[in-house]
Amino acid sequence: MDDQPLNLVLFSGTDDKLQAAAVLTAGAAALGRPVHLFLQYWALDAFRRDRIESDHGLAPEAGPAGREAVDSLRAAGQASWAETLRQAKDLGDVDIQACSLSMDLLHLEPADLDPLVDGVEGVTAFHLEAGGGQIVFI
Amino acid sequence: MEGNQTMTLQVARTLDAKGLSCPLPIVKTAQAMKELASGQLLEVLATDPGSVKDFAAWSKSTGNPIVDQSEDGGTFRFVLRKR
Repeated sequence: MDDQPLNLVLFSGTDDKLQAAAVLTAGAAALGRPVHLFLQYWALDAFRRDRIESDHGLAPEAGPAGREAVDSLRAAGQASWAETLRQAKDLGDVDIQACSLSMDLLHLEPADLDPLVDGVEGVTAFHLEAGGGQIVFI
Repeated sequence: MEGNQTMTLQVARTLDAKGLSCPLPIVKTAQAMKELASGQLLEVLATDPGSVKDFAAWSKSTGNPIVDQSEDGGTFRFVLRKR
């Protein structure tokens, strides 16, 4: 695999979108590809230390049937998105950064965030680290 | 001495990834492979229906060949050689 990083901007803070992002991250990490995650807005809020394992709801299109499907996968033992990200970090080169503007918006300090988050940076640093790789917005 | 090749493969470790959903079988495989020495074999059991394509892609991308593969009643078995 090439060393082109996978760059994901996480904006949405619902569990389904965070799970999808965590799965993409873990897959790239397993292939030895570096992954940069940049947390903005409601996704950043979901990484708060005191509620990372809480229910963050689902995207509106899920509906009641979607809720049921997600719950049954979870009941069958699917790892949470936070746990999937922990495994991805153990395995490979996964860097998770909080957007400094969103930190201000949500009145957060670094100590408020789960240890999964490696630091706080601005959008310029994120673009620089993304190199020539694509940026995907979720 | 005369057994078929499948029977004589000496796996260093078996990873039971049955019941795990994508991408955990691959994540756990990549983790387990790190702990093996070059040339050692890892056997993986998985039930995720995406496994067949995922293991082929992971093997090709990372250069760790699949030396044996089978399916039995929805359980996929892969034997990978650490490069």
